[in-house]
Amino acid sequence: MPIPRFDYFAPRTVDEAVNLLAQAGPDGRVMAGGTDLLVKIRFRVIHPAAIVGLKKIEGLERISFSRNKGLTIGATALLADVAASSPVRRYYPGVAQAADQTANVQVRNMGTVVGNLCNASPSADNAPTLLALGARVRITGPGGQRSMSLEDFFRGPGMTALEPGEIVTAVTVPLPPPRSATAYLSLSARAKLDCSAVGVGVMLALDDRDRCKDLRIFVGACAPIPVRAGGAEQVLIGEKLTDSTVEQAALEAAKATQPIDDVRASADYRYKMATVLTIRAIMDARKRALRKKN
Amino acid sequence: MKHSITLNVNGDTYNLAVDPWRTLNEVLREDLNLTGTKFGCGSGDCGACTVMLDGRAVSSCLTLAVEADGKEILTVEGLAPSGEKLHPIQEAFIEKGAIQCGFCTPGMEIAALDLLRRNPGPKEDQIREALAGNLCRCTGYAKIVEAVQDAADKMKSNQS
Repeated sequence: MPIPRFDYFAPRTVDEAVNLLAQAGPDGRVMAGGTDLLVKIRFRVIHPAAIVGLKKIEGLERISFSRNKGLTIGATALLADVAASSPVRRYYPGVAQAADQTANVQVRNMGTVVGNLCNASPSADNAPTLLALGARVRITGPGGQRSMSLEDFFRGPGMTALEPGEIVTAVTVPLPPPRSATAYLSLSARAKLDCSAVGVGVMLALDDRDRCKDLRIFVGACAPIPVRAGGAEQVLIGEKLTDSTVEQAALEAAKATQPIDDVRASADYRYKMATVLTIRAIMDARKRALRKKN
Repeated sequence: MKHSITLNVNGDTYNLAVDPWRTLNEVLREDLNLTGTKFGCGSGDCGACTVMLDGRAVSSCLTLAVEADGKEILTVEGLAPSGEKLHPIQEAFIEKGAIQCGFCTPGMEIAALDLLRRNPGPKEDQIREALAGNLCRCTGYAKIVEAVQDAADKMKSNQS
């Protein structure tokens, strides 16, 4: 099936991109890697008249880290580059893990972390861990720049808080707390290539007596947007992480979900796996956090 | 409006005028007659259209030709430049019986090259992971995995 016609623009600056998008109006779409957008266009899900490609905008492909500012992943930073980045692997292993578990080699060499977030699929592999880390998105639009928490960004399947004409230029992640670790685990029918049926991202921080000091848990693909398992977090915060407390929390995590039956998994399976993956993700994060003395 | 672009494909430079909605896959196959690269699913699932773009394996069916402007592309036709001696990956695919109908082969070989450049001595699970984006409906994959292992050995001994 050939791709229907559209106009294509490759602005050099974010401001130029915003102007082009404003001129295009509702028929314009932003493209980063194109691995979702071009599929939707080819199969006639959307019919944009104009595409504004972001790849020629210098600097947007950057992944930068500093101990003061934390991590910034630009809008056109490739999934493969995020997965391979040494600061990401060192300070945000769950973020690297999630990028590395997204789709296949080819898509990771084309697609972007920010694009994965902006498509706002409930199963977006990169969302749960970034949410757990308290990430924010940086936005530029006709009204100027703003930023918002990623938690406020997702509004429904394929829906975000972006206003018409706005572009996400980066996702920023604060420095993780001391003695903390992240983990992302997902399950899908075919193990690798396909969209996740369940994904769990956690950020766990320990106190000096190895009790749970802080915990954020997000479950993907089990509700219209990735959901926070606040009840589960409350079970563990201030407590020791034992098999039984973690299991009790993970049972709470499943209660935060509203899974559906679809081609990828049944609602029942998703509900059960939300518990299983939460246990594994917390234990995985615990193991890594325990290695950090302070 | 057509966009004028320059592609470097397998070492040759082409100046082309392309419509913005045309993919790199279409331009390679239809304008340059490089039909070794296949078109399969059109959605990035099957890997039959895999080419190297600036040294990375990508799906040419999801790459706009206009976005490949100025980049270096390697297709299966460029694996063995002399046309006489095959690339070690191609030799291994033939020797191990990793080719049946052949439709997935160009994409498989490019994905294998991408892997072996990053990791010259991959383990079986790393090969399977690297080829997860390339579907084969004939072989059952066992022979392909063997071929990639064999190609890794050949490429190492060529270097030493």
